This record gives sequence, structure tokens and C-alpha cells, in this order.
Amino acid sequence: MAGHSNYVPQSAAAKWLESRLPVISLVRGSFVDFPTPKNLNYFWTFGGILFFILIAQILTGVVLAMHYTASTTMAFDSVEKIMRDVNFGWLLRYLHANGASMFFIAVYIHIFRGLYYGSYKAPREVSWILGVIIFLLMMATAFMGYVLPWGQMSFWGATVITNLFSALPLVGESVVTWLWGGFAVDNPTLNRFFSLHYLLPFMIFGVVLLHVWAFHTTGNNNPTGVQPKSKQDTVPFHPYYTVKDLFAIVVFMILFAYFVFYLPNYLGHADNYIEANPLVTPAHIVPEWYFLPFYAILRAVPDKLGGVVLMFGAIAVLFILPWLDTSKVRSGAYRPLFKQFFWIFAANAVALGYLGAMPAEGIYVILSQICTAIYFAYFLIVLPVLGFLEKPNPVPTSISESVLKGGGSGTPLGAAAAPETK
Amino acid sequence: MKTMIKMVRSLAAVVALGVAATPALAAGKKIEMSYQYWSFAGPFGTYDRAQLQRGFKVYQQNCAACHGLSRVAFRNLAEDGGPSFTEDEAKAIAAEYIVMDGPDDFGDMFERPAILADRFPSPFPNEQAARAANNGAYPPDFSLLAKARAPQRGFPNFVFDIFTQYQESGPDYIYSLLMGYVEPPEGKEVPVGQYYNKSFLAGEFIAMAPPLYAESIEYTDGTPMTEEQYAKDVAAFMMWAAEPHLEDRKKMGFRVMIFLIVFAGMLYFTKNRVWRNVEH
Repeated sequence: MAGHSNYVPQSAAAKWLESRLPVISLVRGSFVDFPTPKNLNYFWTFGGILFFILIAQILTGVVLAMHYTASTTMAFDSVEKIMRDVNFGWLLRYLHANGASMFFIAVYIHIFRGLYYGSYKAPREVSWILGVIIFLLMMATAFMGYVLPWGQMSFWGATVITNLFSALPLVGESVVTWLWGGFAVDNPTLNRFFSLHYLLPFMIFGVVLLHVWAFHTTGNNNPTGVQPKSKQDTVPFHPYYTVKDLFAIVVFMILFAYFVFYLPNYLGHADNYIEANPLVTPAHIVPEWYFLPFYAILRAVPDKLGGVVLMFGAIAVLFILPWLDTSKVRSGAYRPLFKQFFWIFAANAVALGYLGAMPAEGIYVILSQICTAIYFAYFLIVLPVLGFLEKPNPVPTSISESVLKGGGSGTPLGAAAAPETK
Repeated sequence: MKTMIKMVRSLAAVVALGVAATPALAAGKKIEMSYQYWSFAGPFGTYDRAQLQRGFKVYQQNCAACHGLSRVAFRNLAEDGGPSFTEDEAKAIAAEYIVMDGPDDFGDMFERPAILADRFPSPFPNEQAARAANNGAYPPDFSLLAKARAPQRGFPNFVFDIFTQYQESGPDYIYSLLMGYVEPPEGKEVPVGQYYNKSFLAGEFIAMAPPLYAESIEYTDGTPMTEEQYAKDVAAFMMWAAEPHLEDRKKMGFRVMIFLIVFAGMLYFTKNRVWRNVEH
């Protein structure tokens, strides 16, 4: 990080600060001079996109919290007050609600990029594990945030999900009572969810810094999976990746704005515009779209405890993924068999999402079981075995070589006095 | 650029397939829907002022006896992007309603005519009173109804909806329900105090009697006084009641989109220029 900085303080003030707290060289080493592989494709911009959404969610959330009231009798009314009477309240709330969905769209692309290019493999295991922790924190934050408007789906979603813990043997019932702060989802539950919903994003922020620190220590992965060999293989983060990431962020903002301004309720659920009523159960209790694949796994087996174990197992398996994949080749681009299995896995994940939205009956249960089996087989059977069976394609010796093979124009590498390089 | 196109394609696939799964299953029951043209649909949609005023009249004369409008304030009637009554008209409308106020200096509650700052008083003091007066059924408040009902769209409609920006299933449903009173099929037993409706999400029978009759509400602007017109006008009014800032939102959305697209284009060329000497 700081070690990558070639910053030499010039002014007296900078020298003074630098000798006491080397924060300037830290930032420069991490986000200005940091040597970054020059062949990163646009899938690598999702890290920056996610950071942007995290900040946007925190900012809109802080302002929303100034107008929101966490109480079962007033929560729904206060959200409607935001929508009707607070200046630009409708904008803040639609940004925040759709921002959660955008967060998950981006994080799923980010995760699948890591799966395809082997970003979880040595030496980036710690960065990957920190990423899975962020993913877990995100899910907890999103779930609790969805409860806050106190609509019908908020209430019943909270009831269904917290009830999962009652499947734990012996302590289940006590744990659920402890989570609720009572004997049903009620005011204490709403209050603690609000408190935690405000807390967790800052924890996410902290883990994000660790996540970045980890892969800045090992260096970024890249589409070839080959470690940079020389200075020719990398470019400084600024201006090359600052401008590229910014471009990608703005393109992503177009998608975000499209939903906020034209389809603000598309990703939500109509029932959540009905105030929570413990006496009326909605016809279908469905989680938000980003939980649907895990919801399908939960409902795939008729046994409650079994379903809960599988659902948490679906995420737990990600923690040990770096040691499940036995292939010596990092990037999926050079693994012909792996590629096919990867796309089957991706299609299977989408199928699970569809099944999670369908009622748990008839053919849907059987399909959910098949898809759940494929999900786990990918991690527990395919990846360990493939490393031994597969004959990978030749891997380029360096990033520069792979770039030139891909149709270079013959311009000498890193040549020409570009004004932005020093 | 190639990776860019590839990425956009994958993005579109993720959005279309993964994201779209939820709204599809709003409700299990298939009902008959009658889709209408709405002035507020699409990226440049605006409310039709005259239609909202007519719809308000239908609400006042036909629905208000049972259905509340508790989140709408009288001042909203005179605000931009709504029915746009003049302030005096809105004041006159408010004065027709009696609201409870107090306590006064003697500790007593008292009644007074409503003012602009008040919200519409509800016809019943609570749900129990509403049920008692309506044969056990609870007439829902109108403030959010147009956003709180969404009939199943099904595959592949929910995917197309992203591109057509279809957000009017609420008013379409309200219209369909109001026009959905038909003769029950042969041999269907209709319970006493219930009515057969082909477009009711919660079941075959609804406790609300057919509410609209042609010529029953006077339109002074020459609009045909038909059931269809009444149903459409009141559905449009309910959409405004549920989403009073819709016009602001779409207007701002257009500006934001233009800005973002131009900004993205400029960044794209900047990026190309920065990267021009690097093989990547």
C-alpha cells in the first residue's frame, strides 16, 4: 500500500504531516501510484461501483433516518410522510430502496467475476473471505432495512426469516424469543432492526477497507490470472483506473436512475404498501429478489432444520472455496472444461432465483432440489475433481504477451511520452 | 469496447432474468384485466388535471361514504402536479368536512370545519366500526391503494415491463375491478350480501355492491357520464393520491438521464485518450 508510493513531500506542511502520520503516501500508494495490471476488463470496475453504492446508501440512509420513526404505530406513517411531505423525500426513499437492489446486482456480478477468473485462489484467499463476510453483512443489512417501512411484507418476511432459527435443536425457541425481544415480531424487534440497520453499513465499510488492503498487498488479479512480471505489465491506478472506474460508475448510474425515476416500485412488492397487520397473512410471502436463490435452497427440502442448514451451507461453502478448487491455473479463461461448468453454475443460480419466487409445491420442489444439488456439486465435486482431470490451455507467460497476442498495433509498450504519466 | 458490449449484455441478462422474478408472483390468482390508456404512463407521463378533478368528484360523491383518504391533505388538492384546484376551491372543499380538534382551554374536544392543513377525515372511527357498518367487510383506505394492489404479470410480461416502463397495474386493476361485476357463471351460488366479480384478486365474491351507475354523477365539462369513464377517472385520481410526486419524478428523471448519458459519453472519450498509448 504505502510501499507503492513514490511520493516525496515537497511543502513544509506536507513534510511535517508525513513525518508524523504518513497518510498522504498511504492514499497515494493505494489509489494513485498503485501498480495495477493493465489488462483489467470492465468486470473489474464493479469494485469501484460497489464502493460508490455503499457511500450513496449511507448518505441517503442517514438523511432518511432523520425523518423515520422506528415504532410499530408510526413507522409506516413516517415513511409515507417522507414520500409526501419531506422535500425530495420521495427521491431519497426511492434511491435508498432501489439502491439496495443495485447493490446486489453489482455484488453478484463482482462475485461471479471472482469465480470465473479465480480471484479466490492463492494468494488472495483472505481478500475473498473478507468479501464473503461483506456479502453476509450486506444480506443482514438489506433484510433488516426491508423490515423498517413496516408494511405487510416487512412484517411477514421478518416473521418467516427469524422463525428459521427455531429450527435449531434445543435452544431454537429461546433464540427466536431473544431475537424478537418478545414473543412475536413487535416493537422491540423493529427498534433493534433499525439500530442494527444503521450500524452494519459502517461495519461493511470497515471490512471493505480490509478487503481492499488484502488485495492491494497481493496485487490485483487480472483476466489472465498471471501475476505481473515487470513494470510493463502494470499502469498506475491514477489516471488509468480512476477514469475507467468513473466511466463505469456513471454507466451504472444510468441503470440505477432508470429504476429510480421510471420503475421505482418494480423491484419492490405491492403488499408492502399495506401497513403491517399481524392478523392478516399475505397470500404469498416472498423475499426480495436478491434472496430468492437462497430462499429456493431453504425450501428445497421438506425438513425445516435441513433447509436452514443447506441455506447457510450455501454461503458457508464460499468460505472454504479457495481450498476446494484444486486447479493450478487461476483464470477460467484457460480452462475449457471449467468454463462449461461455470456457465452451468451461473444458469443454475438464475434458475434457483426463479424457483425461489414460485410457490413451494409440485414440480417446483423437485426442480429446487435438483438445482440445489447442482449448486453444491459445483463447489464440492466439480471444482476439486476438475483440477486433476482437466488439461488447461497454455497460459501466457506474462500480461504483456497476452495483450500483444490479442491484436496489438505494434506501438512500443509503455512508450511515448503520454502527458499523464510521470 | 468489445468487453463493454459483452458486459452490457450480461448486465441486461442479469437484470432481465434474476431481478425480474419477484413482481411476477404478486398474487396467486389469475383475474381478468382490462388495460387502459393512462396519461401518466411512460417516461413523459403527466396527470390529466380535468380527469383528476372528475375522479375526485366521483370519489367524493360515490366512494367517500365508506372509503377514507386519510393520507391526503386538503392542501394537496391545490398543489402542482395534482388536480390543481385553486387555493380558494381547495378551501371550499375543506370547509365541507368536519374534523375533531382540541382539547380547548376547558379540556373539551370540539368539532370544526376542516382547513387546508387538515387531512381528509375517515368515514369510520376505526376498523371495527367500518366492519360493523359493512357486513363484516373492511372498505380499504384509498390513499395508497393504487400502489398496494398488483395482479400477477406472469412470464414474459414482467421482463417486457422493464422496457415498456409499465407501472400502471394498480389503476388498471382498480378499473378492471369496478367494471368486473358480471353475471355469475351458470350454477354459481352467490352468498347473501356478496357480489360476483371476475376481476377481484382476493376471491370470486366481493362485499362491495356495484358502485358506479351511468349518469349518476354530473360532469359539467361534456365528458361522457358512463360507468367506464367514472371508473377510469376515479382510478386516475387514486393513482395521484398514492403517488402525488409522479410528475416531479419523471421530469427530474429526464434531466438526470440526459446529464448522465452526456457525462458518460465524455468520460468514455477521456478514458480512451488517457489509455491511448497503453496496449491492453
